[in-house]
Amino acid sequence: MLRGDFDIVQRWVARGSRVLDLGCGDGTLLAMLKGSRGIEGYGIEIDPEKIAQCIARDINVIEADLDRGLADFPDKSFDTVLMTNSLQALRRPDRAIAEMLRIGEECVVTFPNFGNIRTRMSLAARGRMPVTRQLPYQWYDTPNIHFCTVRDFEDLCRQQRIRILDREFVAEQFPDRLIKGAWPNLFCATAIYHLATG
Amino acid sequence: MPDSFPPGSVGLVVPEIHRFDFPLELSCGRSLPAFELVVETYGELNPARSNAVLICHALSGHHHAAGYHEVEDAKPGWWDDYIGPGKPIDTDRFHVVCLNNIGGCHGSTGPRTPNPETGKPWGKHFPPLRARDWVKSQALLADRLGIEQWAAVIGGSLGGMNAMRWALEYPQRVRHCVVIASAMKLTAQNIAFNEIARRAIRSDPDFRDGDFAEQGVVPRNGLALARMVGHVTYLSDALMGVRFGRELRSGSLQRGLEAPVQFAVESYLHRQGERFAESFDANTYILITKMLDYFDLAREYGDDPVRAFAGAQARFLVISFSSDWRFAPERSREIVRALVAANRDVSYGCIESDLGHDAFLLPNPRYEALLGAYMRRIAETC
Repeated sequence: MLRGDFDIVQRWVARGSRVLDLGCGDGTLLAMLKGSRGIEGYGIEIDPEKIAQCIARDINVIEADLDRGLADFPDKSFDTVLMTNSLQALRRPDRAIAEMLRIGEECVVTFPNFGNIRTRMSLAARGRMPVTRQLPYQWYDTPNIHFCTVRDFEDLCRQQRIRILDREFVAEQFPDRLIKGAWPNLFCATAIYHLATG
Repeated sequence: MPDSFPPGSVGLVVPEIHRFDFPLELSCGRSLPAFELVVETYGELNPARSNAVLICHALSGHHHAAGYHEVEDAKPGWWDDYIGPGKPIDTDRFHVVCLNNIGGCHGSTGPRTPNPETGKPWGKHFPPLRARDWVKSQALLADRLGIEQWAAVIGGSLGGMNAMRWALEYPQRVRHCVVIASAMKLTAQNIAFNEIARRAIRSDPDFRDGDFAEQGVVPRNGLALARMVGHVTYLSDALMGVRFGRELRSGSLQRGLEAPVQFAVESYLHRQGERFAESFDANTYILITKMLDYFDLAREYGDDPVRAFAGAQARFLVISFSSDWRFAPERSREIVRALVAANRDVSYGCIESDLGHDAFLLPNPRYEALLGAYMRRIAETC
């Protein structure tokens, strides 16, 4: 996850709000939000090393497996539920998003756009599963099991009657970052969505 | 002489006795006219008196948590793997206090010590206790030691209940509460195991209805049996399979041979039971297992743990172990759920281990890293 993406996520998190960060990693985003937005909250993580890193930097972290559901958290118990760059690693991303919207008033989700021109080229021209800077894994060892494109994601939102409050498309490379606005599904590397129940 | 201790040891330690010459009112309505606590401390109290850590022991624990009483001691204190210079509870940074609680049998006022009214040991007449009585006596000890606020109160199992009770009873006196392999209340299965142990003790003819000390006998068999049952439940099937399997200690199962067979696990359990019977008091065992059974964190808060924790000010670390079936990870998750709902700071880790409930006492790299990271963060703010 890149710092620029976090800057966008931060804009959509209200000052002083109660935040749950699913797949919080080493707690970087929560630490930023604590500093810049004065939020309080918890991260959910499964990796023991990352859990210890969160604790070392004074971030509340709760060990849990997102694939086993979030039944421990009551309805609307958080202002904002975040999930950065984890959606594609879940067994049922659709259920995870439904759970996020049950627990939080609002959600922010980021994911790598598999419709990106570079991944398309890799598959089309080379006939191989893409291995990019952002997705550096081989097909057999990747934790990312459910890729989607910007269009796929918006279809899911429509089906589940999820309201898209805001969207941002991030691209690092040239010329992608200049034309991503016109063709997000082709040129954005990371999509960031701000969601609420419909 | 320090050369004779392993690195990371606090070395030789000397327990101190603190006497309190005033009545301690207990939650049962009775009171102890006076009481004594046996205490060990490791590491220096800093000038701001802000680096004190209280260690709460479990059912069979006591004040000797770390280091050695004699150079010849075969084994160090019961939590030596976690307490010492450079260890997760780092005695270079913390002033660690560990005591034998009232009702215990390792020197503090309990069934073995004399009842001032009769001059004879309290025995079965020792008043029933609740975790809050331990907390109260520990708070008086803290006053005595000049500790206004604990940097952390830490406990496993019953000690974890003790630690949580601290955070509710004296919210302003606990900065961090570390709850390991514990629960907000015991399950029926857990109470059942405790009652089996108590019946084992009571059925020993040498128990003499609790008056064994006066009559100069010890209900060894009952105590050993209680310990054997307890010990099995503190381990896991997987661990016992690895450690003992079906290995024979003596005899043979070969056809045609009639030599009596003893499995390795049998002799191990008997040894555990006998060792325990030598040192532990039968009345203390009954008293403290009942204390465990009666514990219910939220009873006085309308049975609502969220309401209970709403009054706490401490930040919490909760730890469970994957194969612990007496204080299962689900019990810890209940604690975490209530703390989150009460908007308290909490972190939680479930440590992969096949050591069962006993895992909280034993070396484990991930457990050490997690607890160590949390304690280092506390040390930075002391």
